[in-house]
Amino acid sequence: MSTTTIPAADEPVRFYDFDEHPHPEGYSTMLGFWIYLMSDCLIFAILFACYAVLGGNFAGGPGPKDLFDLPLVALNTAMLLFSSITYGFAMLGMAKGNKTQVLIWLAITLVFGGCFLGIELYEFSELIHEGAGPWRSAFLSSFFTLVGTHGLHVTFGSIWLITLMVQVSRFGLTAANQRRLACLSLFWHFLDVIWIGVFTFVYLMGMLR
Amino acid sequence: MSHDPHAHDAHAHGDHGDHGHGHGVEIPHGSMRDYVIGFVLSVILTAIPFYLVMERPFSNGVTAAAIMGFAVIQILVHMVYFLHLKPSAEGGWTMTALVFTIIVVAIMLSGSLWVMYHLNANMMPMMDPSQLP
Amino acid sequence: MIPQPAPVSPILGKLSLDALPLHEPIVVATFCGVAIGGIGLVAALTYFKLWGYLWKNWFTSVDHKKIGIMYMILGLVMFLRGFADALMMRLQQALAFNGSEGYLNAHHFDQVFTAHGVIMIFFVAMPFVTGLMNYIVPLQIGARDVSFPFLNNFSFWMTTGGAVLVMASLFVGEFAQTGWLAYPPLSGILYSPGVGVDYYLWALQVAGVGTTLSGINLIVTILKLRAPGMSLMKMPVFTWTSLCTNVLIVASFPVLTAALALLGLDRYAHTNFFTNDFGGSAMMYVNLIWIWGHPEVYILILPLFGVFSEVTSTFSGKKLFGYSSMVYATIVITILSYLVWLHHFFTMGSGASVNSFFGITTMVISIPTGAKIFNWLFTMYRGRIRFELPMMWTIAFMLTFAIGGMTGVMLAIPPADFVLHNSLFLIAHFHNVIIGGVLFGLFAAINFWWPKAFGFKLNEFWGKVSFWCWVPGFWLAFLPLYIMGLMGVTRRMRVFDDPSLQIFFVVAALGAALIAAGIGAMLVQFAVSIWKREELKDVTGDPWGGRTLEWATSSPPPEYNFAFTPVIHDLDAWYDMKSRGCERPLTGFKDIHMPSNTGAGVILAGISTLIGFALIWHIWWLVGVSFVALIGGAIFHTFNYNRDFDIPAETVAETEAARTRQLAGA
Repeated sequence: MSTTTIPAADEPVRFYDFDEHPHPEGYSTMLGFWIYLMSDCLIFAILFACYAVLGGNFAGGPGPKDLFDLPLVALNTAMLLFSSITYGFAMLGMAKGNKTQVLIWLAITLVFGGCFLGIELYEFSELIHEGAGPWRSAFLSSFFTLVGTHGLHVTFGSIWLITLMVQVSRFGLTAANQRRLACLSLFWHFLDVIWIGVFTFVYLMGMLR
Repeated sequence: MSHDPHAHDAHAHGDHGDHGHGHGVEIPHGSMRDYVIGFVLSVILTAIPFYLVMERPFSNGVTAAAIMGFAVIQILVHMVYFLHLKPSAEGGWTMTALVFTIIVVAIMLSGSLWVMYHLNANMMPMMDPSQLP
Repeated sequence: MIPQPAPVSPILGKLSLDALPLHEPIVVATFCGVAIGGIGLVAALTYFKLWGYLWKNWFTSVDHKKIGIMYMILGLVMFLRGFADALMMRLQQALAFNGSEGYLNAHHFDQVFTAHGVIMIFFVAMPFVTGLMNYIVPLQIGARDVSFPFLNNFSFWMTTGGAVLVMASLFVGEFAQTGWLAYPPLSGILYSPGVGVDYYLWALQVAGVGTTLSGINLIVTILKLRAPGMSLMKMPVFTWTSLCTNVLIVASFPVLTAALALLGLDRYAHTNFFTNDFGGSAMMYVNLIWIWGHPEVYILILPLFGVFSEVTSTFSGKKLFGYSSMVYATIVITILSYLVWLHHFFTMGSGASVNSFFGITTMVISIPTGAKIFNWLFTMYRGRIRFELPMMWTIAFMLTFAIGGMTGVMLAIPPADFVLHNSLFLIAHFHNVIIGGVLFGLFAAINFWWPKAFGFKLNEFWGKVSFWCWVPGFWLAFLPLYIMGLMGVTRRMRVFDDPSLQIFFVVAALGAALIAAGIGAMLVQFAVSIWKREELKDVTGDPWGGRTLEWATSSPPPEYNFAFTPVIHDLDAWYDMKSRGCERPLTGFKDIHMPSNTGAGVILAGISTLIGFALIWHIWWLVGVSFVALIGGAIFHTFNYNRDFDIPAETVAETEAARTRQLAGA
């Protein structure tokens, strides 16, 4: 781990570090958050597994071809992709230490995230209106749960985003806030990665079933 | 991947020897170039599968294989250009965690499908599950 | 199919006076006992003005040592409850012959066996193991605390919140009557319309959050906060097994969370994941829950393998035999534990190829486990063995666990499993490995590390009484179950028709009584040791001639663990320091940076528990209010940027000077 521990030949062996400095604040945060994301990934893996196993069980009800509206899904995908790159621009602003730029790009990210959620809610309400709610069949149960869980994550991400905007505007781009922005960045991009799985395996593959 | 001048690469992977110079924590962020490349690639890799499914130039099997391939590539693109994943980050532990997770996810997905497929084949050979009440 | 919901009050939901089990005399008597004891405890705490002390120094503490001790206390309290359930079952089954119905009705008996399993796994074994890792790991790696001290406190209170919900179900409403894994369709809303399964779901969800977060915390602690010089292959074996355990926790508890959430959706939102109709598949739940369930088995046993390694090498006065093979065996077990889950449901009907695959992977696990047993034996070989209590428990473990492992390999053979599935043979097998492995290991660990935590050894006489009640008691209680299982007697039966079986159940009940005596002796051991703590005092900080870093500091360790971070040159770091004549530093102390205590963990976990309670009883307004409070509280907490303080160098110097005087007096 460290080079300080190998003593020179003439030096007596040191058993204590007399010149130590505490670990910098947030020393473990990024790794910890990454491991949290991995555990979240497993929750999604189980929901994908359920969709894979139960997704063909229509119980005599409507299937993907009757329900899915691909142009709408494409629009939704675009919203999330835009929000990913605008979050990236906020991170670039952070690297330059430009608080205003960070806040503006975060706000734009929030708008795209909001649009994504709005479109998803519209899609859900349409399906329920057509009588294809989550209770109709195991296929619809697993569809609503998988897509809904992703949406729930985006919702929490948005709440977190708003909190961070307040904190950045009040306390500036401090080391703690930079770390938080970096964690949310991982979270936000992670949700985009999950969405790639969702639109491919749920929507596109569903149309092929 | 291009190196951003602000990235504190020197302070990566848990080095005790290099004690606090005020910024001992590595905050990963890419460059404008990274984000633009990632975005353009993602748009292409999203548009093609949507086109393949909406216009159906190929048979079902080929289309399915193709869109899965595009998804895997796009996930890799996101990992590199948006999540800035580097094998060296955090002493290699982020990468180790990711690889372990991928292995576990693969076991869970393929295992569940295999087990449940066999169950259905053995226990309900005559029935088509999509049409069961 | 959507069943019509029962009418619920808008204010109290499904909660009403009928929820109190006043018609069950046993529960009422228990309640009276608990209430009197509880009032007595509260009165005593108030009389001695201890509330402020407890709140400031314990409940809000972020010190990993105090949190570890609180986990152990939680485990002990829940252990007494879980064991009371076991005694009730043994008594019922010993009585219910020749037309007798015993003394428990079916509704109550089914809750008892479910609660016994749930409590023993989630609220006894898990807190014990987590508490042990919390206490020992940072000391063994020479760290001041865990990576995320606040999260640690929060995790503990989430686990406690889950335990509170399980305990509440005893007196308010009912607990699940489904067995400890709540298989659907029995646990679905059609067959379990009551609140029992909801208590089960929300207790485990609340506790599960705590477990997952504490797993993340300990992984990062081990990866990032090791003392300089401690490379991975110089980590003590207990730290290694803790690392693998926490990897398993983080990579399996999300599966439990997801599976239980889907069952919850089936119950609350009438989805059709695990229902009988509309395309649901109950076997999918069984598949998912065991993807979590098998790694869970290794989550419980791996840290104890670490304990046995530390104890064997310390009390044999030798370096551990085959350190690297021990590490690789642990890693192999970690990976393999994800490849065996189907052996819990061979009889489901997946066919020969699937069953053979999982049968073979299961048998393969016995190879690294066997390697470990041989390593311990070779460590003892030609060692100067001291038969102190931790070593006695370790030897009892090796003898008991080897037999439990062998019956496990028998169960791994699919055709044999078709005969033994859900029989008492299975019950005997997993108690054999859990009691013989996890519990004996915990007793070894408690006897081994108690002096470190409290500064005095445990009384040896009462420890031996406990040992000699436990070990024969265990065999008396479970050998009859092995025999009956081979004869085909199934588990979870309340009454029996065949009178020839009664003698076996009577013997098993006697065994349980002997175990009860063992538990009693252990409680006496704690009391006597606390009473005579001056005689048993350990002033050296190293009462056993230890080999790893935790013995380098005082007993109990100061808040900051080590005044100076140790530098590691060898695997048995403290043994190396002792043998090379390392001097304890006496001057040059510096300020030490430490995390401050916070009440946020208690409050947020309390609100989460309240959400769980409201969801169980369908009190929707309370769900909404407390959910908003939870989010708001969490956000409010993030506005606190000042989370640490410095222990001034003078205070450190004073603490260390006191230790110097103590050592000189020794």
